[in-house]
Amino acid sequence: MTTVDEGLDAQLPPSKAPARERIYRHTLPTRIGHWVNVACIFVLLFSGLQILNAHPRLYWGQYGANHDAPWIAFETYRGSDGTPVGVTRIGNLAFNTTGFLGASDFDGHRVGRGLPGWLTFPNTRDLATGRNYHFFFAWLLVINGLIFLVISFARRHIQRDLWLRREELSLKHLASDIWAHIKLHIPRGEEAKRYNTLQKIAYLSVIFGLIPLMVATGLTMSPGVDAAFPALLDIFGGRQSARSIHFIVAMSVAAFAGVHLFEIFLVGAWNEIRSMLTGWYEVKPEKRP
Amino acid sequence: MSLRPSRRAALSAGAAGLASLLASGCDQIVSAPDARRFLRSAQALTIAAQRTLLSGQRLAREFKPSDMSPIFRTNGSTDPQTPEYLALKGANFSFYRLIVDGMVDAPLALSMQDLRLLPQRTQITRHDCVEGWSAIGKWSGVPLHEILTRAKIRYNAQYAVFHCYDVMPNREGALTPYYESIDMVDAFHPQTILAHTLNDAPLAVGHGAPLRLRVERQLGYKQAKYIKHITIVDRLDTIFGGNGGYWEDVAGYEWYGGI
Repeated sequence: MTTVDEGLDAQLPPSKAPARERIYRHTLPTRIGHWVNVACIFVLLFSGLQILNAHPRLYWGQYGANHDAPWIAFETYRGSDGTPVGVTRIGNLAFNTTGFLGASDFDGHRVGRGLPGWLTFPNTRDLATGRNYHFFFAWLLVINGLIFLVISFARRHIQRDLWLRREELSLKHLASDIWAHIKLHIPRGEEAKRYNTLQKIAYLSVIFGLIPLMVATGLTMSPGVDAAFPALLDIFGGRQSARSIHFIVAMSVAAFAGVHLFEIFLVGAWNEIRSMLTGWYEVKPEKRP
Repeated sequence: MSLRPSRRAALSAGAAGLASLLASGCDQIVSAPDARRFLRSAQALTIAAQRTLLSGQRLAREFKPSDMSPIFRTNGSTDPQTPEYLALKGANFSFYRLIVDGMVDAPLALSMQDLRLLPQRTQITRHDCVEGWSAIGKWSGVPLHEILTRAKIRYNAQYAVFHCYDVMPNREGALTPYYESIDMVDAFHPQTILAHTLNDAPLAVGHGAPLRLRVERQLGYKQAKYIKHITIVDRLDTIFGGNGGYWEDVAGYEWYGGI
């Protein structure tokens, strides 16, 4: 059997109906790790927005509070009739974002809130609960990630299936891969049995870029960790810079999740989700000439 | 070969069940006390990790004067109105006495003058609010260990509890005194001071006059203001809500504010 996780070049069983060819794509540790990640990212994103909502302003530098200039802020003003008006400031620009950022509807009332209730977990203003969830799932994400890395390096999943091959890094190859994505080309046959180059780059940047950056900037916001590793404050340029980077990276992870879901629905949601549940992936046959 | 229908149906049912659980069950999950307690088990992991990393009394970063916030904002209680505090403030804290008692062999009652005659420490540190903002200021005061040593704290003491002059609403809306607590690791940390001075001026009322705690490796809600009375204890569960602090009791913040 061919398994992407355990070697792309393994032998395929003889099959009389190539249209029905199935490969064992994801091993059990990968599948468990994936769904734990889904739960973690989901809870961390929305509980993180709950935490941001407690002070919906972001700064660069070592300090930053109400008297200092934010680079982005979701603020509430009162209109002439007293109703809240939402204003989003980015640098010197100001946008009226009433209904979404700065002021939104909650339980049928227009309220002043940095972020709307449907974006925060819990929906009500509850920083303490948001923090409880955030830190629990942060620990889970880190432990799950470390287990994934150990198992995947040991079984050569990362080296074999995710690591970029030399020929994949040629400009010509990258250009053709980008063009294939723009055309929403759906891989079939042999090419559907392995990850394409942009896909590998996306997975590698999340695993070795965004998530470690997320954890490191999250830890830099902890006064305890700062005392243990003061170098973090120099690397990220201060606690408030770390908080800003943490937010930007979170939005990048959310964007990755959005594109990931789009691709899954593009190439066949049922087949993709089943392969992440049972391991078995059905390869689309080559188009007949 | 495709999945047998039964298996496909089972998977579909599972996915649908999960979706409906997420849609309808979230509020119950959020409010269930058991779920909350389970989630807060992560706090034990955080304390264990940080206490390991912070062994050897690692210091919080001290900044240069040029790094200081132009304006150090106030937060929480900023102008206590209890008669006791108003009387003290009216007399410019001249008859203020810091009481240190509990599990000590030499209880103390220290005036502001007594406190200024003890060894002093000045530090430019960052104050981190649980809400997310930070301010950098220059604090001067008496290291807490100087006071605890003079009070002859007993060997089985576990926590220093700070009772304050300001009152805040509890869960039922009744006013309750602010209080906070730290353990002996932080109480004896060299940067843990009882500050009477901020940015070279006597502590303003908004910042906790006449005396506030600075425990530099924890968040803002641990930095008790308007300190009235320090009690040394070996357990926290018998004090007010039992969670070791006002916000811990009222809102469910973590007792360990290092993260």
